[in-house]
Amino acid sequence: MSPPVSRGFRHFRRPTAGEQDRVPPGQYVAQGFPVLSAGPTPHTPLPEWTFSIRQAGETLKSWTWDEFQALPAQDVTVDIHCVTRWTKLDTMWRGVPVDTLLGQAEHDAPYVMAFSDGGYTTNLPVQDVTNSQAWVAFGYDGQPLAAEHGGPARLLVPHLYFWKSAKWVRGLELLDHNQPGFWESYGYHIYGDPWRQQRYAGD
Amino acid sequence: MVALDGNSIGGLLIEVFGTEMTAAQTVCATCGAAAPVAETVVYLRAPGTVVRCRTCGSVLMVIAQIRGVHCVDLGGMAALDTGQGG
Amino acid sequence: MATAAVRGRLTWQTATVTSVMRETDAVRTIELEVPDWPGHHAGQHLDVRLTAEDGYTAERSYSIATADDEPVAITVERLDDGEVSPYLTEELHAGDQLELRGPIGGWFVWDTSDGGPLLLVAGGSGVVPLRAILRHRQRAGSDVPARLLYSSRTLAEVIYHSELDQYRGGVAVSYTLTRSQPPGWTGYSGRVDAALLAKIAWPASEHPLVFVCGPTSFVEAVAGNLVALGYPAGRVKTERFGGA
Repeated sequence: MSPPVSRGFRHFRRPTAGEQDRVPPGQYVAQGFPVLSAGPTPHTPLPEWTFSIRQAGETLKSWTWDEFQALPAQDVTVDIHCVTRWTKLDTMWRGVPVDTLLGQAEHDAPYVMAFSDGGYTTNLPVQDVTNSQAWVAFGYDGQPLAAEHGGPARLLVPHLYFWKSAKWVRGLELLDHNQPGFWESYGYHIYGDPWRQQRYAGD
Repeated sequence: MVALDGNSIGGLLIEVFGTEMTAAQTVCATCGAAAPVAETVVYLRAPGTVVRCRTCGSVLMVIAQIRGVHCVDLGGMAALDTGQGG
Repeated sequence: MATAAVRGRLTWQTATVTSVMRETDAVRTIELEVPDWPGHHAGQHLDVRLTAEDGYTAERSYSIATADDEPVAITVERLDDGEVSPYLTEELHAGDQLELRGPIGGWFVWDTSDGGPLLLVAGGSGVVPLRAILRHRQRAGSDVPARLLYSSRTLAEVIYHSELDQYRGGVAVSYTLTRSQPPGWTGYSGRVDAALLAKIAWPASEHPLVFVCGPTSFVEAVAGNLVALGYPAGRVKTERFGGA
């Protein structure tokens, strides 16, 4: 039973011919930047903020906000894809490459669990957050990253569905084995490649 | 995204449970607080639906719609009582 | 599949829009002809589902604005960055179809048998289900005493103004305008705070039944103040709308 079409209703739009190869299957192009969250917006004061690389209960390396800001940062323009079907093109971010952060901790772990203020987690293969594929972003569109969008800093992994780009990120836990994070443990895909429409476990 | 309350998922809960649930009493497994579902803190389209205890903020329930099926995790609730013996 | 299991209990059906009426610049009341409407209680809402030609769907909930013995209607405020409300308030017209399901809600509802006295506190479009409660009370011939405290930004944004001004006797309506007041304004000014509630609200000793509806931050502030006034939490029912 297919629902009746609502005359004249359109919001997010289908990609134009020129955008086709930038928009994954099943996605619509958003003009705005929707705010989605699984919990309240945390407000960690910057003097208390740290970013840590942890493994087996130990902190291998940690940065205060000032130390983090002193690291070399990059400006990147990327397309982002939310599993709720909106894609936003040409988003501009400023952040520290995860390569730089993981590079300062000696390890050979194959997976990480990103962890955030408020308890959110998401898992990723190390090879997906290295090789210039991921950043800890603290700037968006030329401004400090707004709290509702994950500020002061969030993970940015644009080649995967955006639930992997953990807001309010506080560190990466190195893992020997892949484990599901928050949404992964509620049925979302363990990897999340938008180009293969890996939205849910089993896709 | 601004948090709503359990009233906002009344329709979803009827789909999931087969009956009106906003007046059902929930007990938080983390802090023990009791409240009607209507008064819980709800985040919609998070991508799934996240229902949290208003007292302690812990997750009570998560509902994800996966390939047309509602997948419900009630692990955060110690009890969910419709007051109708079920 | 979940919907098959509850067919007949809460299913999507196609209604026809019979009229779209302007309430304020940003607010429209949409009256509907719903073929299989089972009746409803004041305070309940319905879910609306829009489907674009390319298959994209969006769902939202809207409080029912009318009493059970009237045609079903919803009152919708256009949110500038909304996905559904601009369509409902600016595009939809009489004769269009609208997919909906309802009625929904078993907590934020009032029937005359629930008694009172009633305190209704509305912020912005939160007045919609409270107006349905007052219409139900009136049409049922109830004499449960009721007070409505209605907060809006400006006089022009007060929904149902002339209708609310008609109430006498058992229903007392008070307005507060938070952003600007017209010359000669005799209502209240500023946000609903503890002092204003203390003026308007029934004494806790009368064991009133309270319904608070509006944006989340409004509801939380009012509910907090009511508890501070000695109202037991169990007698205060809240419904939060999206927005600030």
